[in-house]
Amino acid sequence: MRDVAVVGVGMTKFGEVWEKSLRDLFVEAALAAIDDAGVDHVDYMTVGCMTSGLFVGQEHLASLMADYLGQKHLGACRVESACASGGLAFRTAFTEIASGMSDIVLAGGVEKMTDISGDGATYALAAAADQEYEVFHGATFPGLYALMAVAHMEKYGTTREMLSAVSVKNHNNGSMNPYAQYPFKVTREQVESSVMVASPLRILDCSPITDGGAAVILTTVDIAKKLGKPFIRVIGSGVATDAIALHSRDDLTTLKATKVAAEKAFKMAGKTIKDVDFAEVHDCFTIAEIVVSESLGLFEPGKAGEAVLKGETGLDGSFPINTSGGLKSKGHPVGATGVAQIIELVKQLRGEAENGRQLKTDPRIGMTQNMGGSGGSTLVHILEVG
Amino acid sequence: MFPSRIWRESKHRYRLEAGKCTKCGKVVFPYRLICPVCGHREFEKVILPETGKLLTYSIIRVAPSQFTDQAPYAIGIAELENGVRLLAQVADCEVDDIKVGMDVRIEFRRVQTDSHHGVLSYGYKFVPKWY
Ligand SMILES: [Zn+2]
Repeated sequence: MRDVAVVGVGMTKFGEVWEKSLRDLFVEAALAAIDDAGVDHVDYMTVGCMTSGLFVGQEHLASLMADYLGQKHLGACRVESACASGGLAFRTAFTEIASGMSDIVLAGGVEKMTDISGDGATYALAAAADQEYEVFHGATFPGLYALMAVAHMEKYGTTREMLSAVSVKNHNNGSMNPYAQYPFKVTREQVESSVMVASPLRILDCSPITDGGAAVILTTVDIAKKLGKPFIRVIGSGVATDAIALHSRDDLTTLKATKVAAEKAFKMAGKTIKDVDFAEVHDCFTIAEIVVSESLGLFEPGKAGEAVLKGETGLDGSFPINTSGGLKSKGHPVGATGVAQIIELVKQLRGEAENGRQLKTDPRIGMTQNMGGSGGSTLVHILEVG
Repeated sequence: MFPSRIWRESKHRYRLEAGKCTKCGKVVFPYRLICPVCGHREFEKVILPETGKLLTYSIIRVAPSQFTDQAPYAIGIAELENGVRLLAQVADCEVDDIKVGMDVRIEFRRVQTDSHHGVLSYGYKFVPKWY
């Protein structure tokens, strides 16, 4: 395997962006990444997108995006793993380079979610769950994570206040991110008086519906050195699946695909969680950040909620999580999310995170965790300063 | 919702038919072609027990259009007496009375109304055992 590095990043501002189409969002992010890397061409492209077919009636994104990116006859593929499509696009680009198939690859993710009614968006997102044995019965995504939350509260005594602390922390971080959809702070009181969606989860426990694109340029470490700019090494990549239906899993309070994907990524990197300085994780709902950080081995099962309350995962904490604002504040254009997580890692590792959210600890190693559905698929990546 | 899609699931939804691995005894619901525990490919037909315990639940306030006439409604995951876990609505009680650990029974009910075509879909729901 060849050593792989990230040499360029670019993303659109996340939000409800009526004036930009699916292709606009992708191409804007891709051009920004190409410019940032300073490359004059790419050899291959991966496009992560969950369900442009249901959101805007458009499939065949490899062709559409290569065309609008002005890359005639470029080799390209679209990959899908629900909300982990972006992470999978990154991994697909990584393996493309590591294997020697291509030298410079663009990994992008995109989702255009606001050209459709709220009910239509709920329907499209629900396609990531088991249609016949979850969605048929009236389960929604907030509902599935609420089932995890109640089980976690029952087993470990996790509290409402702990869930709120995740939202407050991520909005605080996101308030410093110029690309965030909701760059403002929220208080515990605001979270706990916001509209109930699926008990115990309220609207301020949930990530929003978002339009957005994100892209990164990957190449070999050898080429990265010749480009003469700071580069970030990809030292670990892990992917794992689990039963698509939440009720088919043995333990409702652990995300096994996250655990296994992390083990694979750590093994490849020759590192443990103790070597990692910070992480971007998939906080599609507040409870998800708690369960994920336990499944990654960062905290003992049942201890993550308390750690959030104590500020251990805040910007000045011992292990900052979601410095970008996470999905909660930055927004969650599902296919773009996994790539946007990588972008935050690269910014932090380069020392370029905007508006005062740059970690002051000179971070050297960061990790991402990006999951599909209620945890039926997960990508974990570990990046290190070059 | 297309009728064939509903018809295809009817043995599970209406008759609670499950498969029991003839090698390791794992009960799978719905049917599978290969046992997720031991990899064996033969199953015998068994009928699910109709009672179990609620492991977790949530009250859905923001509902998809097929369910808006029922909102707020509860969904839950129950473990049946043979260890099989299912997700279904919890019906026939005040949503505030639902508790983790409560005994439930499976009953046959109307599950949803397809808002576009008006097709009624039936299947199983959990109801409190005392009902
Ligand atoms: Zn078996």
